[in-house]
Amino acid sequence: MQRKLGLGVLLLAAVWLAGCATGTTTQAPVEDRSTSPAETAPDAGQPDTGTQALPQDDGVPSGALPGTVPDADLLAKRRVHFAFDSSALDEENRRIVEAHARYLVANPTLTVTLEGHCDERGTREYNLALGERRAQSVERVMRVLGVAANRIRVVSYGEEKPLAPEHNESAWALNRRVEIVYK
Amino acid sequence: MMTITRARAVLADCLRRIALLALVAPLLWPASARAILSIEITQGADVGIPIAIVPFAWQGQGKPPQDLAEIISNDLVRSGRFVSIPRKDFVSFPKSEQEIVYKDWRVIKAEALVIGTIAPVGPDRFDVQFRLFDVFKQAQLAGLRYTVSASLLRTVAHQIADVIYEKLTGEPGAFNTRIAYVTREQANPKAPSVYRLQIADSDGHNPRTVVRSVEPLLSPAWSPDGKRIAYVSFEDKRSKVYIQNLADGRRELVAEFAGINSAPAWSPDGRHLALALSRDGNPEIYVLELQTRQLRRLTNDPAIDTEPSWSPDGRYIVFTSDRAGRPQIYRMTVDGRRVERLTFEGEYNARASYSPDGRMLTLVSGQQGRFRVATLQLDSGALQVLTDTALDESPTFAPNGRIILYATEVRGRGVLASVSSDGRVRQLYRLEEGDVREPAWSPYNRELQY
Repeated sequence: MQRKLGLGVLLLAAVWLAGCATGTTTQAPVEDRSTSPAETAPDAGQPDTGTQALPQDDGVPSGALPGTVPDADLLAKRRVHFAFDSSALDEENRRIVEAHARYLVANPTLTVTLEGHCDERGTREYNLALGERRAQSVERVMRVLGVAANRIRVVSYGEEKPLAPEHNESAWALNRRVEIVYK
Repeated sequence: MMTITRARAVLADCLRRIALLALVAPLLWPASARAILSIEITQGADVGIPIAIVPFAWQGQGKPPQDLAEIISNDLVRSGRFVSIPRKDFVSFPKSEQEIVYKDWRVIKAEALVIGTIAPVGPDRFDVQFRLFDVFKQAQLAGLRYTVSASLLRTVAHQIADVIYEKLTGEPGAFNTRIAYVTREQANPKAPSVYRLQIADSDGHNPRTVVRSVEPLLSPAWSPDGKRIAYVSFEDKRSKVYIQNLADGRRELVAEFAGINSAPAWSPDGRHLALALSRDGNPEIYVLELQTRQLRRLTNDPAIDTEPSWSPDGRYIVFTSDRAGRPQIYRMTVDGRRVERLTFEGEYNARASYSPDGRMLTLVSGQQGRFRVATLQLDSGALQVLTDTALDESPTFAPNGRIILYATEVRGRGVLASVSSDGRVRQLYRLEEGDVREPAWSPYNRELQY
């Protein structure tokens, strides 16, 4: 299954490269394919993923097309990001989570850990709780799409494992995240 | 009244401490030299009691093992309530009461005078005596004698500073106390972080490592008797709460429920631990009775409830909750009933803890994106912001209530800082390398010291 995911990632890489050509950049999360990102600083030189028009999900049976190009594009994103003191997923981040949910439904032997993180502002204990709430909001979307509870593990690191060590808005935006980690 | 006779009790106490020291030494690792916190006064009080502390007369060979007068002077100056007159201004250096010429001290405007001696009395045994005088009344205010090993000389100096502080201000000092904090170091920016929970004397000296981990450590909380520390460790890749005995290093895992296990806070009687646990789905405040391991849930709200802290009388628990949309401070009775909101000013108020007299809270107050240390007067509800930094965390009162120690960020580094509760005196505690965070000031601890 790891191999299958790896294949998806490869497919995606091609799409990502193609996406760059469109040149439209938004606040999309920085793409990252490392499996233990908490340990590594983000690659500052890496460009934002180019956004490209995604086919309408409407009418596609959930879980029907794992590994197809549109989902692979989303599946390559293993992080979803949040506003300050918020655990709400915006449309773009929700689509990422939904793609992972479909992938999990299609690959019933996989399990996933959702790691909730916060930026450094505010207090550590509150952020530990907030990180969990973020991971749970990702978990909720996955459950609704049919992923069994026992395949999802939720853990919060609060503000203890920032991706970007700087103390500024762009670092904070990067650090407010849930990491989707396949096992 | 402080007399030489009381010193006998002190001596017996010290001997007991030495016995304990032998027990403790192999179990707590001394930290490396670069791990010593250096303290710098960033804002001093220009008014304070002018005090002259004469270097203690050394009655042995070579150099004295410690400059006790300097340790005492640094303690008193750091409190912001004393001005220590520089030695170079001294006209004379009396070793005994008979040698004191009060005019010499009036001339340099000293109101209080400290003299002392230190003498070797055996292998690694030192006799320390000190006397405190009122220069105007020309009267002795205190006199004490201690016999200790070299390793306890700094402790003796802190005890002397506490005696002087109490005699001259009427309030107990908090110099002979310790602080706990967490350090984070990286060999290089790509290397994994190493976290250490440390304890040190209140002046940053004698750091010892309580626990070391490559995963985060946070939320250290001293037991009321100062013998144990509860903390959160991620060593199992998720938050769990441990209690560690400082004397022998033994520890027990007290909370490893599903979800987060966090924010330990001791009850004043040391028999209960309040915790924030999400075992039932979202973070709620629980009280764990340590002896029986019985767990009682106090809050029941879909919001985040965390950061409990007990009132000194044990009747209330304050906590942070975002039940009204944003984190604010609430207070409930220890049975979980009668919940009332305490903070209304600012978008974000969190991590409150009581002052030792129970009259105010210190907390982190977020306004316009800046998170600063504040106090909240419980009778009037007045919130006063004390700092002008932007990323303050984890404020903790000294056991005499005069100083608040907290974590903040200065030029990209995690440092500790302190502010007197009146906001007049400020200090910075930093490491030569790495970050320091999560301070917790020990309670008074007259029984165990090392």
